[in-house]
Amino acid sequence: MTQANNFAFGEDEKMLRDTARKFLQDNLPTDKLHQLVASDPDPYRESLCLWDQDLWRQIVELGWTTVIVPEADGGMGMSLVALCALMEETGRVALPSPFMATANASLVLRECQTSSASHLLGAIAAGRTATLANTPQNGSWRSGDCDVELVDGVLRGAAYFAQDARKVETLIVQANTAEGSALYAVPVGSAGLDIVADAIIDLTRDQAHIHFNNVPVGAAQLLCTEASRVLERAEPAILTLLAADMCGAGEWQLQTTVEYMKVREQFGHPLGYFQALKHPLVNLMIMIDQAKSLVYNAASAIDSEPENAAKFARMAKASASEMAAFASSRSIQFHGGIGFTWECFVHLYSKRQKHNQVMYGDAKYQRRKLADLLMGPIAA
Amino acid sequence: MSPQAKKDTSEQAEFRRYCRNWLSQHDAGSPTVRLPQSAIEIMHGEQLDYLRKWQGEAYAAGLIGCDYPVAEGGGGRKNCQLVANQEMARAGKPFLPNILGLGMAAPTLHFHAQSALKERLLPGLFSCEDIWCQGFSEPGAGSDLANVQTFAERRGDKWVINGHKVWTSLAHFADWMILLLRTDKSSKYDGLSYFVVPIKAALGEGVTVRPLIKITGETGFNEVFFDNLEISDDYRLDEVGKGWQVAQTTLLHERGAGPMVTPSSGRGSGSGKTRAVGDAYGLIDLAKHSSRDGQSAADDPLLRDEIMKMIIRQEGSKQGARRAKVEGLCEHPMRIPLQAKLVMSEIRQDSAAVAIDILGAHSSLSIGDDNAPAGGEWPLAYMNSYGITIAAGASEIQRNILGERVLGMAKSK
Ligand SMILES: Cc1cc2nc3c(=O)[nH]c(=O)nc-3n(C[C@H](O)[C@H](O)[C@H](O)COP(=O)(O)OP(=O)(O)OC[C@H]3O[C@@H](n4cnc5c(N)ncnc54)[C@H](O)[C@@H]3O)c2cc1C
Repeated sequence: MTQANNFAFGEDEKMLRDTARKFLQDNLPTDKLHQLVASDPDPYRESLCLWDQDLWRQIVELGWTTVIVPEADGGMGMSLVALCALMEETGRVALPSPFMATANASLVLRECQTSSASHLLGAIAAGRTATLANTPQNGSWRSGDCDVELVDGVLRGAAYFAQDARKVETLIVQANTAEGSALYAVPVGSAGLDIVADAIIDLTRDQAHIHFNNVPVGAAQLLCTEASRVLERAEPAILTLLAADMCGAGEWQLQTTVEYMKVREQFGHPLGYFQALKHPLVNLMIMIDQAKSLVYNAASAIDSEPENAAKFARMAKASASEMAAFASSRSIQFHGGIGFTWECFVHLYSKRQKHNQVMYGDAKYQRRKLADLLMGPIAA
Repeated sequence: MSPQAKKDTSEQAEFRRYCRNWLSQHDAGSPTVRLPQSAIEIMHGEQLDYLRKWQGEAYAAGLIGCDYPVAEGGGGRKNCQLVANQEMARAGKPFLPNILGLGMAAPTLHFHAQSALKERLLPGLFSCEDIWCQGFSEPGAGSDLANVQTFAERRGDKWVINGHKVWTSLAHFADWMILLLRTDKSSKYDGLSYFVVPIKAALGEGVTVRPLIKITGETGFNEVFFDNLEISDDYRLDEVGKGWQVAQTTLLHERGAGPMVTPSSGRGSGSGKTRAVGDAYGLIDLAKHSSRDGQSAADDPLLRDEIMKMIIRQEGSKQGARRAKVEGLCEHPMRIPLQAKLVMSEIRQDSAAVAIDILGAHSSLSIGDDNAPAGGEWPLAYMNSYGITIAAGASEIQRNILGERVLGMAKSK
């Protein structure tokens, strides 16, 4: 199969994206975001979970969580490209929400091909939120690695780095079983479940590790019995969505810093006059453009050129992670002293980007995996 | 079906079939001399003859100038040059030698010359009967191009030209030159005018061409001296004093950002079987055939990382060219087009640097050594890559342009 010339980004996708951009700009300007998530700077405070649930209800009404849910399950059945475009916009405003967590859960459910997964997808289309709980304590992203096991019908162990776990209603839990590894749907509030908030740097997200103290699971909760394969198949799309968020956030970092280069004057010139500032910002723009092009290429490959999906998604995530690091570093440095304060909004984005960079593997990790794909593994 | 074929318009699809068929039946044959890596390093008549013959055949078959009007010697098609370029590259055909003509002079003539002039000059440019060169830079006017001082004085319907151009690629073979010069000393930008000049006809009679030698030892660019050269006013493009505006059309196309697609073909060797030197994916093959610390260079984790970085950048810029055509996915219409030359030239340079790392001790061998891996082309490509990061507006100037025109920051000195 081959991709469409325009990444299958047509009129419908553009309209959805443009509406989303306007909605988010109107409803979550950066000063409002700062008020929402940065009210308490104390690093020793209790970990908080701050988000605008009212805004989220409107987003659900707009249908964003149903975009990639198949029509048969009650969703819009649109392309991953459409979802990417939305993710770019939520990244641009650094939206605190279970949007990405729920999208990732949907991507995994889409791969399960079981009636229980279909059922949950239907619930998501109707507004339910979910997140993946499958990462082990050592932070390995390998699809087979997890610290939860199923013994005598109950889940035991723990899952780590669960994204936005305090914002969602359902956990998609990976568990080692006698036969291999399975996925279960576990509602938040189930007996024996202990969700422990991590104190994290990113103010626009929450994260938790989750203890499973003999959590009983029934047959209806079994989503699939081939968790590793399903997670592996969903991985390219998860990487691509993260990269899309980074591109949106990176564009905000670029534009905000460029704006400052126009208004702040030193030595009798606006700062942008100085090439030591201008040229790195041009380099950032180029990095954003590269990452964004790779994101749309990956999304369109996942939809219509699956044999290239893994390769292109790793390229996108690697490129976006490099870009995000540079965007964060330059946006702080080029604001001078004000950029080092809590008052200046750039820290919000630097922190979100830092979080994005490492989730599901940083740039070096992606390049190592890409090299294995393109060059074969290193000889033993 | 190839990936491109699926997205073709019906005209493009039919033309693609035609190109593919023609290319499968026509071959440039094996060159009798070693060919350089690109047109701007053509040193010898024999190299030029081989390449010129190929360009002539490709033009006669309709693969060059496809999108220009028939009256200008073109094919009168729509968006078909791109198709011809893809098919010529796919077939691994030799590169086209008349690149300053095809890439810069032709679009400038098309947009700014009187009908009679372009109808007279374009067919010979496309067929490669006439080689073209570009007389812009001068010893005192490089990055600051608008500072050119070569002067044309008006005498009735003639102009008399005096001055000194430099770095003029292909002037040693050229029949014609696009020439930016000064017609008014009182105004920097508005004092410039733009001409086309038959320089070969004037050799020894007002025009002197002196070759310059590149860091590679190759020739390819020259100094050109004008000594009371008299030319007709018919050779002026656009109005007197409008030279700077006309030059913008040339520069935009030179940097790959103009509206006309420039004809381009495959690679130096014409073999089509191996990846062109300069292609980041080619680094994988190079690593597999090189050793490092007694083992395959392809198993060195640090080299693998460097190779992946290059492949990702190259793929990113390729996908960028694709995204630039999707209006809804671009923040600014010129943002990607104005990056094209800068990004391409730096990727090539950095890829060649990685190749040198991969080659290790073997990177010391030049093209003159029979034992040089890949014919010694990578170290040569590394040296030649500086030509591209300097020519057509150095990388630093491109960054100024992007920072100012696209991002809107204050103009630097
Ligand atoms: C291989 C090759 C082929 C060429 N072919 C042709 C040709 O066919 N026709 C033609 O007319 N010209 C040609 N050129 C000339 C080319 O366009 C000039 O070399 C180029 O514009 C740079 O000018 P310069 O050499 O005078 O360098 P300079 O302008 O002196 O620049 C020197 C250095 O200073 C930097 N610099 C200059 N100004 C600034 C600034 N404002 N801010 C930051 N940095 C700055 C430059 O980027 C460069 O790194 C060719 C050059 C090369 C290398």
